[in-house]
Parts: sequence; C-alpha cells; structure tokens
Amino acid sequence: MKPITEIDGAPASASPVVGIDQTAGNFSYKVDYAFDAGTGLSEDTVRYISSVKKEAPWILEFRLKALKTFWDKPMPTHWATKDLENIDFQKIRYYLSQGQKPKRTWDEVPDDIKKTFERLGIPEQERKFLAGVEAQFDSEAAYSNIKDIVAKQGVIFVNSTEGLREHPEIFKKFFGKVIPTGDNKFSALNSAVFSGGSFIYVPPGVKVAQPLQAYFRINAENFGQFERTLIIADEGAEVVYMEGCTAPKFSTSTLHSAVVELVALKGAKIQYITVQNWANNVFNLVTKRGVAHEDAEIKWIDCNIGSRLTMKYPGVVLKGERARGEVLSIALANDGQHQDTGAKMVHAANNTTSNIIAKSISVGQGRSTYRGVVHIPKHLKGCKNNTECDALLINTNSRTDTYPAISVRGDRNATQHEASVSKVSEDMIFYMQSRGLTEAQAMSLAVNGFINDLARQFPMEYSVELKRLIDLEMEGSVG
Amino acid sequence: MSLLEIKNLHISIGDKAIVKGFNLTIKPGEVHAIMGPNGTGKSTLAKAIAGHPSYTITEGDVLLGGKSILAMQPDERARSGLFLAFQYPSEIPGVSIANFLRAAVQARMAEGEELDASGYYKKLYSKMDLLKIDRKFTSRAVNDGFSGGEKKRCEILQMAMLEPHFALMDETDSGLDIDALRIVADGVNTLRSGPLGILLITHYQRLLDYIVPDFVHVMYDGRIVKSGNKSLALELEAKGYDWVKQEFAAANA
Repeated sequence: MKPITEIDGAPASASPVVGIDQTAGNFSYKVDYAFDAGTGLSEDTVRYISSVKKEAPWILEFRLKALKTFWDKPMPTHWATKDLENIDFQKIRYYLSQGQKPKRTWDEVPDDIKKTFERLGIPEQERKFLAGVEAQFDSEAAYSNIKDIVAKQGVIFVNSTEGLREHPEIFKKFFGKVIPTGDNKFSALNSAVFSGGSFIYVPPGVKVAQPLQAYFRINAENFGQFERTLIIADEGAEVVYMEGCTAPKFSTSTLHSAVVELVALKGAKIQYITVQNWANNVFNLVTKRGVAHEDAEIKWIDCNIGSRLTMKYPGVVLKGERARGEVLSIALANDGQHQDTGAKMVHAANNTTSNIIAKSISVGQGRSTYRGVVHIPKHLKGCKNNTECDALLINTNSRTDTYPAISVRGDRNATQHEASVSKVSEDMIFYMQSRGLTEAQAMSLAVNGFINDLARQFPMEYSVELKRLIDLEMEGSVG
Repeated sequence: MSLLEIKNLHISIGDKAIVKGFNLTIKPGEVHAIMGPNGTGKSTLAKAIAGHPSYTITEGDVLLGGKSILAMQPDERARSGLFLAFQYPSEIPGVSIANFLRAAVQARMAEGEELDASGYYKKLYSKMDLLKIDRKFTSRAVNDGFSGGEKKRCEILQMAMLEPHFALMDETDSGLDIDALRIVADGVNTLRSGPLGILLITHYQRLLDYIVPDFVHVMYDGRIVKSGNKSLALELEAKGYDWVKQEFAAANA
C-alpha cells in the first residue's frame, strides 16, 4: 500500500505503453498513482480507501459490514456460469487514483489522463450535446463539470465521494435502500470498496434538457473498478443519464462491479443509458435497480458490447400506482464472450406497466443469455407487462438461451411474451457480398438491421456510437 | 475492350462435378441466354462466377476485362463490375433498400471518401422513375416479406443503381406471373441500351419473348452442347429438352 500523503494529484510524466491499437478503447498510457491500496482484499484495504477519502465513521462501518457480507456469501455460479470461479479476489487492485478532487476544466486534468479522454472523444461530446460530464479514471473522477445553467436550477451532479461529503442528508436517505448490501455477492463487494460513480439529485419539477454523462475508464492492469451511482429525481423532475465504459486489453482479467441505484419520486422520469465496450478480459458484474413511485417512469437502455462475462439485469420496482418501467437491452457476444443479461420488473402497485425488449447477437463462439424476472402478485389489478426477446445467431457455433421467469398471479393483470431466434446465414452474407460489401460490412449491416427498431428509440448520438462499435466488433470477428 | 470470358470452367460441390468444361465469351452490350433442363449446372455456373463459397472451381478460369477473378472475394468481384441477380434473393430484416444500396455504393468509394447523400438519392430516384418503381419501395426492408415479383424488381433496381459491366441473371423469371414478368423484362430492356453484358439463365423460352437475346446456348451435363440465335429457343420450345438429351447421348455413344 502506498502511504497516504497530502499531495493531491501530483502530475506524472507520461510514456505511452507499447501495443497501442487505434480501434475502440484498446490503448493505455502509463500513469503514476498517488494512491494505491495495493493488491488483494482485506479489512486494511477497506480502511485505506475510507481514510484516503476522509470518510465519516458511519461509512467505514457500512463498508466493513459489507466486506463481511461479501466473504459470507457464496459465489452465484450454480445458475449462470462457472467462469466466475476464475476471479481471484486476492490478485486484484482495489483502489488507484491520482487524487480525490476532480478537476473542473480539462486544462487542469493531468496530461496523461487527459489524452486518454481526448482520444475517446469525451471533451468534444461534452461541448456538443451534454449538460454535464464526469470522467472516471480507475477509482476516481479526474474531471467533473456541470453547465452553469443546469447547476443554477439546483441540480447536483458530483462523484459519490463528494456527494457523501457535501450532501449527506440526501445521500444517506437513499443510499443502499434500492439495492441492499446483501442483495448479491457483488453488490456486497461494491458496498465494501466502492469509489467513484455519480451522485445526482434533480430538484422537484426540474427537467434537465440535455443528458448528463459519465465515462468510466479502466487504465490499470489487474484492477477492479467499483463505482457507486445514486440518482434521485424528485417529484416531477426529469433527467437523462448516459454512461460509457472502456478498458484496454490486458492479458490478465479486470473486474468491473458497479452498483447503480435510481429513485424516481412521484411523477418523475429517469432514463439511464449505457453503452459499454469493455475489452474481452473484463468481468462485468453490475447490479442496477430503480424504484419508481406513483406516476413515475424509469427506463434503462442497456447496450453490452465486449467483456469476458457480463452479468447484468437492470430492474425496476414499480412501487407507486401507474408507475412505468422499461428495459431496452442489446447484447453482443463475440468469440470468447458471454453476455448474461436481462431485466427484472417487480410490480408492487396497481395499474403499473412494464416493458422489456431484449435483443442479443451471438457471433462465433460467443454466448448470450437472456434472463428475466417479471413479478406481479395476486392482490394487484390492472398491471401489464410486455416481454420480447429476440436472438440473432451469426454462424453455427453460437449459443443463445432464454430464461424468462414471468410470475403473474390473479386474473386482473395482463402479460404477453414473445421470443424469436434468427440466423445470419452464409447465403445472406453472400448476397450482400455480391453487392460489393465486405464480409465484415455485411455482418455489421445484418446486426444493425436486427437492432434497428430498438436503436431508433435511442438518442441519436448514442445510436451512432452503437453503430460504430458494432462495425468495429464485426471488423474484428472476420478472420 | 472489356470482356467476360469463361474458359473451360469446371465446378464441383463437394466431390460432385457439376459444371464440366464450360466456355463462353460475352462482349459489352450482348445478351446471352443459357437454357437447359433442371440440374444441368446453370445456377451453379452463375453462383460460382459470383464467388459463392460452397462451390469449388477445379479447373479453368473466368476473366473480367482480361483479369482472372477467381482469387477474388465475392465483394471484390462485385466491385470489379460483376452483378448476380439471384433466383432466390435473401431477406435482410431491418435494413431498408435505400440504406442497403447506400452501403453498396459507399463500398465502391475510396477509403475516407464520403458519399454525397443528396446526389445519391437523386440518382436512386431517377433510376426508380426509369424502372417505374414507387418511391415508397425503398423504405421497405430488403426482400423482407416481398412477393416474388417485388423481389425480382428489387434485384433489377440494385442492378440499375450499381451499374455493373456484366450481369448474371439467374432464373429471373421463376415465380413470376405474366404481369410481373413483363415489368421485370421492361426493366432489363431499359438497362440493356448501354454497354451492359448479360448472361440470362432461364428454364423457359417464355422470358425470351420479352428479353430478346443475341445468342442462345443450350446447356446440358455441365457444358454448352448447342448454340444459336433466338430461333434455337423456339425450336427447344417445340421439341422439348429430350431432343437435346438424345442428341447428346448419340454424340457420346
């Protein structure tokens, strides 16, 4: 462990690492970290993180309790995949940063970190269409800014460390309430070692016109990123939050295990959009859930590209009458990847509606699984759910599974479920090639056609980004 | 002068020889009809020339403008000016005809060169007007839920847009009623005025009433056994393919 000093973000000399790939996020620069919790996990690791952040005693207590829960809980390998057993928690680095205080302008961000984000196009996107940006580099945000006009409306957009320090009265009220520490082994791990992530509060009636964006970047090898995001939209408020993620391709595995909690109070709307493009060595084990109160709406748009194994099932608890929940999910599993994704809808009030549309694409040896839960108890009436799962297979070795668990009790509720599996055949690819498209272009076009009706519902910037990522992914899958 | 030369072509599927020594040279502007009974290798010939991976060329060569295309991927052949109009075109759900053709046009441009969208649509609409195709057609997904006639019109529209030097038209008349056949034939005749060379594969003489070929070749057992002009097609219609089979058997006896 690195001794804790008062130096905040000492700039380091940068030297690019060899093997930089122009494609996607597969590049990394050498960075000197001022704070390093070392390798492996123990109570000391947790104490180190907490003291670096100068946290209140209740938070340290919360963390230590969570660590115990983590050790006690078994690995959930029996139902999804044995691959989780390959994670060695003692070989992971749990905290790396150059400092705790994110910069408010890009000029202040240390060069070695800034050039990473510039290469990913973040400052440019911010200028073009975002209301605020938080850019996390390993454990902490290197940059965080919100446009004045949005801040003046009382919108809070900071990282979780700052949220805990500056706004404990709001934070504490909602923190860990949507996803309790013991929800699953990885939510417990996150609760013990969390760092970074966003804290957003939108005051009553405020509608944030442009999206807020967070970008999560893993730069270090053998690293675990554990951001914690909490978004609260007060009564009648509206906000769109987008997150992007990348990491370079190291030969060893990396762990990303976030917890994201959303609270939409009466009549509020939250839209949470993820476009992740993890390298294929990343275990991506994320717990995401929102609570929608009366007349509120929570919509998850979840695009999973890359990673070695993703297990992620965004959920909505429909707590108040007429609340609406929606999950639109796209997963692309290429060679050596397993996308185990889906959705959870828990109806807990009358006249609540939920909609799940999941599309998965399996390429080569890639495997995708849809796992869904829809729960409507007997005492409720007027609840509706629609679930659609479509799978596309590219070549014969791909595998796809669908496990929809829909439990609807009583006769005053309605559900419908549709599933389809289609295939990109050799003849279809040949047809497109005979028009002059390369094999990769043909596959990419087939995939884009498959997700087209869903992608059209995304904000324009994100459907463009998604298309670009699919093009890159297909490029790489042609031998 | 740009020629399509097929020289002593032998094609196999797996271990089975299908085409056995096919020879033909097509000049720009010429329409050659290939007729013959089922299973004689007509469609195999078209698909193999276009580069379908299931077909193996065991002997011979195909030259486009004097250059062998056999080492090229199907998309390289297409970009070199070859077009295959499919007997059974594939459906591409979610991809509109306009976007598909746009991707195909873009694929023909140099790297980094950007397609001029307004110019593209102008050209697309003028080709559609030429072929009397409704504007709404191109917003539909490629062949998805199309009738037989719509699929063939979609093929002709693609051919018009991509402006190939040579088109291989595989059983373009199959599955069409007489009205649809006339519409498709009109389309082909419209495109015929230029330097486009066409290899027209058909089972029936019916199509040749609408698209009048310069040459007619009869294919049997994997090669051309008889060549002539338009009247050969009529003779075949009258006598049937048994006549060819008998003649072939006698010659090989």
